[in-house]
Amino acid sequence: MQVRTMPHETTTIDSTRIAARQAEDLRSLEAGLDRLQTDEDHRPSRWRAFWTSVVPPVLFVLFLLVVWQLYIVLADPRPDRAPSPAAVFAALAEGWESGRVQLAVATSLERGIVGFLIAIIVGTPIGLLLAEVRVLRRAIGPVISGLQVLPSVAWVPAAIIWFGLTDATVYFVILMGAIPSIVNGLIAGVDQVPPQLRRVGQVLGASRWQLATAVILPAALPGYLAGLKQGWAFSWRSLMAAEIIATGGSIGFGLGSMLQQSRELADLAGVLATILLILFIGILIELLFFGPLERRVLRGRGLLLSGGSR
Amino acid sequence: MTSPARTPGVTSKQVAPGARVPNLLGPSFDESAPVRPPVAPAPPALRIEGVQKRFGTGPLVLDGIDLTIAPGEFVCLLGASGCGKSTLLNLIAGLDKATTGSIETPAEGSAVMFQESALMPWLSARRNVELALRLRGVPRRERRAKALALLDTVNLADAAEKRPHELSGGMRQRVALARALAQDRPVLLMDEPFAALDAITRDLLHEELERVWRATGRTIVFVTHNVREAARLGQRVVLLSSRPGRVVQEWRIAQTVGRRIESPEVAALSVEITDQLRKEIRRNAGENNAA
Repeated sequence: MQVRTMPHETTTIDSTRIAARQAEDLRSLEAGLDRLQTDEDHRPSRWRAFWTSVVPPVLFVLFLLVVWQLYIVLADPRPDRAPSPAAVFAALAEGWESGRVQLAVATSLERGIVGFLIAIIVGTPIGLLLAEVRVLRRAIGPVISGLQVLPSVAWVPAAIIWFGLTDATVYFVILMGAIPSIVNGLIAGVDQVPPQLRRVGQVLGASRWQLATAVILPAALPGYLAGLKQGWAFSWRSLMAAEIIATGGSIGFGLGSMLQQSRELADLAGVLATILLILFIGILIELLFFGPLERRVLRGRGLLLSGGSR
Repeated sequence: MTSPARTPGVTSKQVAPGARVPNLLGPSFDESAPVRPPVAPAPPALRIEGVQKRFGTGPLVLDGIDLTIAPGEFVCLLGASGCGKSTLLNLIAGLDKATTGSIETPAEGSAVMFQESALMPWLSARRNVELALRLRGVPRRERRAKALALLDTVNLADAAEKRPHELSGGMRQRVALARALAQDRPVLLMDEPFAALDAITRDLLHEELERVWRATGRTIVFVTHNVREAARLGQRVVLLSSRPGRVVQEWRIAQTVGRRIESPEVAALSVEITDQLRKEIRRNAGENNAA
């Protein structure tokens, strides 16, 4: 018995040539296997995306309008108790002509967005701190979760006593609504970061700061985004509640104020028109901002199955 | 000591349980492959002395590990579950601290590759490699070209802009290998890097790794529970016992060129190692019965 000598060990020139050929063999072999083991990522076409994601909800809304109109025609209720779609649309048009709608939308959107941005700026560092420092999390985590459950409208009376009928009251209520969601979303996102990625960061020689910015924050992005989305929903809701309850003083005229004003005038068409407007803005922001952002992040990580739901 | 038929080209030494044996190899058991004459002692790449590890107040995981690994050596750490091989690798990587004993590693530290590729899912293959370069302190303008060159060494230049989820398991592990090479550390630690791959892919990656090892001259410590894999890849195979992990026996393979998973010498060595491994596993049953 003896050690097998390989045929290519006869001369060095031969062996380098054979080694090169072997490397080339390996290369083509791997290329073939790579091709077999991956398939092209086919995204649905734009037309198909439009057909599957935009058309169904629009059809459903049209269906609701038809049912509503049918009810008005068939049951013929009192117009002050059940206005027709046309009456609601007329109320909206009237508000538009007088400029109240534009003013209310602009005021509310501005407050909602500014409040939300402040909530992000305050909530993000708190979330990171709580996610990374265990002692703080044990102490503060439950309180934050509790605050998330507490309806932020509950803060309105206190805020009015503290800040009076000013914009500060409105912003305070928005922040109390949005910050806990953002903090909890970020904590959940950081918790879901696979421990392996942290270890890789460590092995690659990342400092604490580099680990946070180059590994943990991007890895936590999906959870963070979910928190932001919820934070926006809470901002918008809290804002409406605050505007309905706190009117007058130096508080500007927002959608909530418009709602309250229509109620005082017993103008149900106006109330319904405002509700639809508030709903519409919420849907618009989801469709134009959060939806695409979330899809982009998830698709980039392969967390979104292309093709969508059937 | 009854020793089974020895595999040609392989020398082995058995380590008595608990005994501290100087790192010398016994005589060759077959006359055809003489033990290499002792080379001038180069400073070892890794020196592990009397390392013990226990987690908290639990039982000993590692007990008296002595291991000296020369620069450029390819060492396979082999053992059944619970032998602490991954723990040992984490100790060498500096991810954990030994309870007693000393571990000398190169000042630059070591590169590590895990069973899961652990690539950043939001970065393309190229940017994953670039991240390693960036954390190493390579200037921004050089990173791109370097990353592409490294991806080319693992035959992945075409997939540079793909995200991890668009790559197959084998491709992901090759990106992880490129990333580990990007760290440019003399020692590469690998923790069962191919365990989750299918046999065909694993076979190819063995060739790939061997080629990279020969081309770069890295010192590689490769942890596996796959006997064949150890016999296929290692220049030295170190068998660890389980609970606690001790070095039981090690084999040195003189002829490492041209090995394949189906080569007869790999098969013969596997049989020999498996016999020893089973003996170790059986010992556990005995201890349990006695207890």
